[in-house]
Amino acid sequence: MTTTSSRLRLYRFASPATFYPLAGKLVPWFAAVAAILAAWGLWLGMLRAPTDATQGDAYRIIFIHVPAAWMSMLLYVVMAFWAAIGWAFNARLASVVARAIAPTGAMFTFLALWTGALWGKPTWGTWWVWDARLTSELILLFLYAGYLALVPAIDDPRRADRAGALLAIVGSVNVPIIYFSVVWWNTLHQGASVSPAAAPKMAAIMLQAMLLMTLAFWAYAFAVIFVRARAIALERDNAASWAGAAVGRTPAQTEATT
Amino acid sequence: MIWNSASDFFAMGGYGTYVWGAYVVTAACMAIEPILVALRHRRVRRELAAEEERR
Amino acid sequence: MSTTFAVLVGRDLRLAARRRIDAALPIAFFTVAISLFPLGVGPEPQTLRQIAPGVVWVAALLAAMLSVTQLYATDLADGSLEQMLLVPDARLAIAAAKAASHWLVTGLPLVVAAPVFGVMFDLSREAIAALVASLVLGTPVLSLLGGLGAALTLGLRSGAVLLILIIVPLCIPALIFGAGAVAAVDAGQSARGHYSLLGAVLIFTAVLAPLATAAALRIATE
Repeated sequence: MTTTSSRLRLYRFASPATFYPLAGKLVPWFAAVAAILAAWGLWLGMLRAPTDATQGDAYRIIFIHVPAAWMSMLLYVVMAFWAAIGWAFNARLASVVARAIAPTGAMFTFLALWTGALWGKPTWGTWWVWDARLTSELILLFLYAGYLALVPAIDDPRRADRAGALLAIVGSVNVPIIYFSVVWWNTLHQGASVSPAAAPKMAAIMLQAMLLMTLAFWAYAFAVIFVRARAIALERDNAASWAGAAVGRTPAQTEATT
Repeated sequence: MIWNSASDFFAMGGYGTYVWGAYVVTAACMAIEPILVALRHRRVRRELAAEEERR
Repeated sequence: MSTTFAVLVGRDLRLAARRRIDAALPIAFFTVAISLFPLGVGPEPQTLRQIAPGVVWVAALLAAMLSVTQLYATDLADGSLEQMLLVPDARLAIAAAKAASHWLVTGLPLVVAAPVFGVMFDLSREAIAALVASLVLGTPVLSLLGGLGAALTLGLRSGAVLLILIIVPLCIPALIFGAGAVAAVDAGQSARGHYSLLGAVLIFTAVLAPLATAAALRIATE
């Protein structure tokens, strides 16, 4: 009896009615964690870490470039995962979360490209280099763009969820292949050139700052994605009773009108 | 603190444009995105509440 | 399932034969697009020889993507797609058949026409052979991925542009290995690695794309 009830208790979180208030309570905490970790990471990275011997102070872009790049890749996989769950188990909330992740993931991809370009210019001389990592980030941006274009183009929300899930899964499967092919292409055409995004030899303090910033970005992502998921859930379920309760209508009024 | 003065900090050893160009755009995006999302959420709640009033 | 496949391919080929102009459009686009590059870049033979593999491959990619919506659009419009999907377990055969007929109508002519463009770009005989070989291996990949895109965007208003956006990133490995093979041969090196990788991409796509396309067809029509 305990096993059945504990499993059922877990499924509660698949209900928008449970998710909505819970996510609402967690958002301020995630935001606070993000702010604290970012402040700490920037303190270490910008004010305490020493100047690099080869790249000078330009290397300090690493403290936002690498976290943004890691988040862009992580969020794509997580998005594909929740979209797949939503498809496989017909769980609408999972699909809502996947949709909520996409814009934030795309933003981090853009930031990875932007900061990468600004890092490349002083260290390599050009605003853009077709090295393996930057080119892969560009293609990742295209993958996000495809998902962000496809899902709203389909009027039926469930068809949109499933088509998006299939696209995200196909994209995830292809990402290693695409990355490998870009590395192949890059080594053939550029020979032994140094990648401008190559990290300097990392002193411990630099590594610590980078990890703190990564965790800060992660907490930020949770906060923003939860708020967006709440908004999307309300938009889709606007006729449901839980939505009415969420915006302040009492259950008694719900009974009277249905 | 490894910087001797505020102007040193902003100069970033000569690379100030690049470093601050990167940080400012990042900070802007990570400030604007939460605002847009919060506005979207608030708009949905307001529309929903208005609909409830009408019922 | 193989009879369904054969029947559908035969049907699509016969339909293409009746609408010869529509069938010829991709190759016309291919020709025009490729011819634009010397006009844009300049007629210097050295430059043209260098950009030729990339230009031909990109044009082939775009020609494939632009023609692939036709694959399902006409059948969707007149209701025959729904009829076909009523047949139990036919989705996989439909997906495979559509990709095969797209390749026969669009990809194969590109492969046949490629040597002409190789000559236009002053490629050596070995490079032209490599171009043809890479297109033989690569254009089926484009048809398979294009079919997936067409099924995902079935019936959508902005279908064609959307399809290009979502499918082109997936075609990049084939593009890299295909154009790379020709560039390698042009530089006097062996293209064996490129061919192996392109072949691997083809096998991977041939096995998985029809499955994904069948799933997309189900998503789009249920």
